[in-house]
Amino acid sequence: MTEGLNSPGVDIPPELQGTVTITTLDRIYNWGRRNSIWPVLMGVACCAIEMICTAASRFDFSRFGMEVMRPSPRQADMLLISGTVTKKMVPQLVRIYNQMAEPRYVVAMGACASGGGPFKEGYNVVSGIDQFLPVDVYIPGCPPTPQALLNGFIALQKKIDKQSIKQVSWYSKGPGEPIPVPVLGPDLMDPREYARIREYTFNPPAPVVEIAGEEA
Amino acid sequence: MSEQVMEFGTDLGERFPEIVTVDTRQGYEGYLVKPEKLVDFATELRDKLGYDYLSSVTGVDYLPENQMEVVYHVFKSTGGSGLVFKTQTPRDQASVPSLVHVYPGAELQEREAWDLLGIRFEGHPDLRRILMWEGFEGHPLRKDWKEAYYEEDTKPFKSRWPSGEIHRVEEKNPFKGNLHYPAHFDPEKWTPDGDAALYSTLAKVEHKPGDDMVTDQIVVNMGPQHPSTHGVFRMVVTLEGETITDLKPVMGYLHRNHEKIGERNTFLMNMPYTDRLDYLSSMSNNFGYALAVEKLMGVRPPERAEYIRVIMAELTRLSNHLMAIGALLNDLGAFFTPIMYALQEREFIMDIFEAVSGSRMMCNYFRFGGVARDLPEDVLEKVRRLAFERLLRQIDELDTYLTKNEIVRFRCEGVGVLTPVQAIAFSTCGPVLRASGVPYDVRRADPYSIYDRFDFDVAVGYHGDAYDRYLVRIEEMRQSVRIIQQAVQQIPEGPVMEGKPQYQVRVPAGEAYGRVEGPKGELGYYVVSTGKPNPWRYHVRAPSFINLTALATMCKGGKVADSVVNLGSIDIVLGETDR
Repeated sequence: MTEGLNSPGVDIPPELQGTVTITTLDRIYNWGRRNSIWPVLMGVACCAIEMICTAASRFDFSRFGMEVMRPSPRQADMLLISGTVTKKMVPQLVRIYNQMAEPRYVVAMGACASGGGPFKEGYNVVSGIDQFLPVDVYIPGCPPTPQALLNGFIALQKKIDKQSIKQVSWYSKGPGEPIPVPVLGPDLMDPREYARIREYTFNPPAPVVEIAGEEA
Repeated sequence: MSEQVMEFGTDLGERFPEIVTVDTRQGYEGYLVKPEKLVDFATELRDKLGYDYLSSVTGVDYLPENQMEVVYHVFKSTGGSGLVFKTQTPRDQASVPSLVHVYPGAELQEREAWDLLGIRFEGHPDLRRILMWEGFEGHPLRKDWKEAYYEEDTKPFKSRWPSGEIHRVEEKNPFKGNLHYPAHFDPEKWTPDGDAALYSTLAKVEHKPGDDMVTDQIVVNMGPQHPSTHGVFRMVVTLEGETITDLKPVMGYLHRNHEKIGERNTFLMNMPYTDRLDYLSSMSNNFGYALAVEKLMGVRPPERAEYIRVIMAELTRLSNHLMAIGALLNDLGAFFTPIMYALQEREFIMDIFEAVSGSRMMCNYFRFGGVARDLPEDVLEKVRRLAFERLLRQIDELDTYLTKNEIVRFRCEGVGVLTPVQAIAFSTCGPVLRASGVPYDVRRADPYSIYDRFDFDVAVGYHGDAYDRYLVRIEEMRQSVRIIQQAVQQIPEGPVMEGKPQYQVRVPAGEAYGRVEGPKGELGYYVVSTGKPNPWRYHVRAPSFINLTALATMCKGGKVADSVVNLGSIDIVLGETDR
């Protein structure tokens, strides 16, 4: 268990090895966090089935401290986007993310969550969750095999190892800003993009006129 | 189908002179009905001729003829081939009478046709958008509606084929994303509908003056993120105390535009997309689509391929039911232990799928006129070992631990009862229909492929409750093992593909409806071809979508906790519900 915890350069007498560990605050703090990442219990699409398989006996991600899946975002550390993100679903996903307590991580599982995947051209599909949420790890595959998913989790653990209490955003002053929840209008509307939307709908640039001409 | 059409051909024409005409277009079958008399015609068909089961309702946009056509496929719940009738309406004011009062199973399907094609169904009790949200602009499946990432009408797109540069489509879009807004649209002035339209349709509780206890009515949203909804499904429930007074299913959170993409794709390109419909049973989805297109092409796969298809479809049914039972027990509160045992067996089946197709879940294994490749050497031996030595024992184990468990019985028995009449009227299918005492299994009622050669029983329950749905699934798994046992003994050597494998298949003009008994129920594909490399219309009759029509009836009057059990016992998969 204490593997990788000991700070190099400090000798521990042989009789105390196995009982005493000398380490840095960052390291023990991250060691605790990396081994208890609780995902939100939510399946979005096909990839959720491979997520369930990974949770089951053959692959068993509780080996990495992830077996406690929480239906409530308040108690979870990681949002696993396990499938295609649709425009109708994205407001809910952003809300779930906003409700999670920091530190929080987002893993985009599979082609759809990473960039739209095979359904990218669909009129109700968001081309990747990273248009709205900050993604920490992308896992390729359609769907990723359980092994690939585990690899993604290990990548996330390595990422956590590199963080330092001095620099992480959630110990800086003031609460973090929530991500504005997208609105369903004639199409999906990101509140951060309102100015740009208006700019284009009132003064469409040349290519748009061309497309409109074709439609007529 | 043709024999039946012959039989009633003159009959129907005589019964409804000048209303009904035989559809004489090349490659088409069935009847054309005048919209004014549609309800009379359907009532007669149901009551006098016995076509009491409405399988599928969908629309087709015939843009060149400026017509919108609504297509109905009806069957007899006693079995046999079906009947197809259509009605036409002008595109700009598409409106036909609703058949909800004749076939209640049309409810969600008509809403879908309104949402995606803009066909108004007069007399529909609750005609709202179903897959998209209220306020969305346009009806996306219309042929002249173009999505934000529109490039060309049909694939392969020039931007990807064959040697030119690849252009990213988002770079062409002015909003730098999958977005499109009407001209002069100001987002700040937009008031979203929220769910006002939805909430206004919920029934209100009315208190009589003499009621001794007056409780408040509350509306509870379950989902889209809720552990019991098996994905991103949402139920809006009105409660009085703990009793459900009204329930509305809300879907579309996983609407991935399967049909729009499918109509841009070439025929073969759709095969991997069908995998992602009901992602628990990709092989069955392949099967249905292959059957529909093979019907149009007029090819039949060679013997060995037929056997391989049956083995794969039955293994799929096993893996699906294992998941369904595990998930149901999850919903009952036995969190993750029973599903752990179920998934253990499922992994063996996944290994077989991986060996034959290269992928665990998304198999993409079937081709028109056969299967993609022959079985690897040791796979048949593995299947044999599973079927003869392992699976039956493991199903018995599940049966022993779960079936007589007091909690399972207490939570499931008498919950969500659906009478046979209701089950047929709501067009439910698969285990939901059979648990209500209707022994309707497409493999028996209207055999396809080589299912007429196998000896198996159709599992039936007679109580129509959640417990019987569970029992039907257990029994169906045993029957699937029986079929696999026979198939692995009979499978011949030989080719697995009729003719040369082709990337671009030639599909003659016409329409076809291919249906299989998928693990969730009757899975149908309605394909219209104009002789071009792409389907003109590609519609999926999704069993878990249509089974949800009955959800409100199952839940009303029950406790709120039972809605979870009912949903679990229907066994929905959202990829298929929302498509």
